Amino acid sequence: MKAQRMLRLICRVTLVIILALGLFAGSFTRYSYAHQFREIPNTAPSLTHWLGTDGLGRDLFTRVIYGTRVSLLLAPAAALLATILAAILGGLAGLRGGWLEKIILASADLSMSLPLLFVLIALRALLPLDVAPVLSVVATFVTLGVLGWPSSLRVVWAAARNLRDADHILLARALGCRQSQILLRQVIPCLRPVFLAQFWISIPVFILTEATLSMLGLGVMEPLPSWGNLLHGAEDFSAMAANPCRLVPLFVLVLTVICFQFVFSGSEELA
Amino acid sequence: MRRSLRCVVSLLSLCLFLGSVPSGRGQSGAELRFCLHGEPKTFNPIFVDDEASENVRYLTGGVLIRVNRQTQALEPALAESWQVSRDGRKVTFHLRKGVYFSDGTPFSSADVAYTMKLLMDPETHSATGDAFRTAEGTIDVETPSSDVAVISFPALVAGLERLFDQVAILSAKSPKKEMSVLGPYYVSQYVAGSYVLLRRNPNYWKHDAEGHALPYIEVVRLDIQRNRDVELMRFRRGELQLINRLDAEQFDRLQKESPGAARNAGTGLDGEEIWFNQVAASTLPEYKKKWFRTTDFRKGISMAINRDDLARVVFDGYATPAYGPVSPSNHFWFNASLPALKHDPQGAIQQLSRAGFRLENNILKDSAGNRVEFTVITNSGNTAREKMATMIQQDLSEIGIAMKVVTLDFPALIERITRTFDYDACLLGLVNTDLDPNGQLTVWMSSGEDHQWNPNQKTPATAWEAEIDKLMREQAAAPSEKVRKAKFDRVQQIVAEQQPFIYLVNQDALSAVSSELDGAAPVALNPQAFWNIESLRLKPGRAMGASK
Repeated sequence: MKAQRMLRLICRVTLVIILALGLFAGSFTRYSYAHQFREIPNTAPSLTHWLGTDGLGRDLFTRVIYGTRVSLLLAPAAALLATILAAILGGLAGLRGGWLEKIILASADLSMSLPLLFVLIALRALLPLDVAPVLSVVATFVTLGVLGWPSSLRVVWAAARNLRDADHILLARALGCRQSQILLRQVIPCLRPVFLAQFWISIPVFILTEATLSMLGLGVMEPLPSWGNLLHGAEDFSAMAANPCRLVPLFVLVLTVICFQFVFSGSEELA
Repeated sequence: MRRSLRCVVSLLSLCLFLGSVPSGRGQSGAELRFCLHGEPKTFNPIFVDDEASENVRYLTGGVLIRVNRQTQALEPALAESWQVSRDGRKVTFHLRKGVYFSDGTPFSSADVAYTMKLLMDPETHSATGDAFRTAEGTIDVETPSSDVAVISFPALVAGLERLFDQVAILSAKSPKKEMSVLGPYYVSQYVAGSYVLLRRNPNYWKHDAEGHALPYIEVVRLDIQRNRDVELMRFRRGELQLINRLDAEQFDRLQKESPGAARNAGTGLDGEEIWFNQVAASTLPEYKKKWFRTTDFRKGISMAINRDDLARVVFDGYATPAYGPVSPSNHFWFNASLPALKHDPQGAIQQLSRAGFRLENNILKDSAGNRVEFTVITNSGNTAREKMATMIQQDLSEIGIAMKVVTLDFPALIERITRTFDYDACLLGLVNTDLDPNGQLTVWMSSGEDHQWNPNQKTPATAWEAEIDKLMREQAAAPSEKVRKAKFDRVQQIVAEQQPFIYLVNQDALSAVSSELDGAAPVALNPQAFWNIESLRLKPGRAMGASK
């Protein structure tokens, strides 16, 4: 138990370090993430370029830490959006029941049956072309958030349905509490651990989905880095052989996902 | 009794199982293996319009005249000789005697007539036939004797002889129809999604200098494999003897491992280019339309792009900067006098200032004060194009232009560039299979659907496009190659001056040839690595059944 707590603490500290690197990226590097040193593409790590350079000669360390900012800030934002949507719809379905429950659950099932990747590709194609790279990132993650609610909804709905006939809710009703009071004082505090667990579990999912989209060339727009489009560069086998540090984004991604999983397992137990 | 019966059944099953497992020894006999990158849509040479079918047609089809892929000159094939009339409307073929189709049916002028009739039938919708259609009317094929065929066209067809390189002759009489062929191989087996097995045509007419019947290799197995990395892996394992086309990264990798296998035939025919949307009906704002229609704007952009860097960084040096529509590997039609537009950011700013653009605090603005920014679209999944776009983005940022890059899946991209015209600029590559400029008529004529910057125009939008239309028509109608060359040189010059396409690079023709194979001499023209299939030989060890 103590070891688990220790492990969780290490994971939290690791996440904080990674997040700090991303947030204060400008303080840790003197290069721009977009500048191409074209004379030295795919160079090995050196004192001037700690992780070497990518295929276009851009400093890899700079791109990894700026990519961290993009992936690690926007994935939680998308997770928050998805969790809020799941909380509202799942809560409504679970607490109200009846036809509303049937409609919400049916639409969740319908959303889950759609192949997410193809929906994202189609939505990306519909977006206007002349959006700034930052906006495209936001659009990508908003899309992920808007499309990522159904799986969380099922969990929230199940928890809310159990609450519908719970003794303390019945008692609150019998005492004449208003619906808003019941919701704020009885329902939400009970469901909070579920919301938190869903939030934590969604973050790595969205990070990985963004990585997949970027690998397909449909995620974050160049020259803005993200872990996903950095991994896209790992397809170049000869460059990988010349500079194994090209795998660092993968290592950071795996490490982050593992850390989130451990932190999440704590929230799950709490739930 | 029951136990012995079970034993017999087990033994039989084992034998059947062993029999069904492909034996490496048996398969690798005198068998050459390489890959097709897609399913062949047809084995009928008339209907060919995809690369896989085209490769099968090349290996199986017998043609009257063959373009030698190495010298780029015409060589007699099924026709021993031919004459084109002075007006360029009639061609007389003197056919080789004693030639038989793969099924033993004799070849005669009736087969030529049958093939041409089928090819030019409007109901057939043959892409190969379209190249011969220069005017309304029907073609007439006369067969004064079994070894003479005279084909008359309603109008002059420029570069007529070269077009016959694509026309595989069909048998008029054979019950096997298109499966009966005159080429070095015939299709013996086809397993959809898996492979096409070709066997040596026993009746093939060609012999080597010593009188041995060609081709040397008994069987060619074309495995259908879309994944290029898997293809390379299989080549390295010794399961394939050829890779017809490699990209720069694969080539570089292979060269480091086995330098002898990686073959670079020099600059290829294919090019990469970028163009701006000049369609009047597009939904672009008026000021952008004005930029894109301005020659100085396009020239300025072209001067700001560092093509040497693109060739060196993106293609590892396996590409050549491109300045015009024809690759230097197209020996006859390449215009060597075109100026090389060198990377010159200062010159680019000067060029842009002629059109009223000005640089303010490192931001380029037009005369109305609009910031110069645009989006380049390209197809997702093509790493080289994504890299090129990102490099151009940095080049243009040096002259104050904000360029965005958007990658779209191919159908969405095609929709934008051919139907909705909802885009600023596009980066794509054009694949050239035909050396003759007539093969590019739909690109250069303003009415053409492949006139990408402004397709399907009713009348030419600009004076220079009108001049190109006129020159292309004149070259197509000129019977003399010299006159045609002069006209097309001028077309190339106008294109270089106006930059409707900003040419970036011509990639090298890269392929891989196993040391087990003798006689391979890859060239720039398609099919690069197996153009001389008849002369290829598997080394004795391989031919006798040795396999890795």
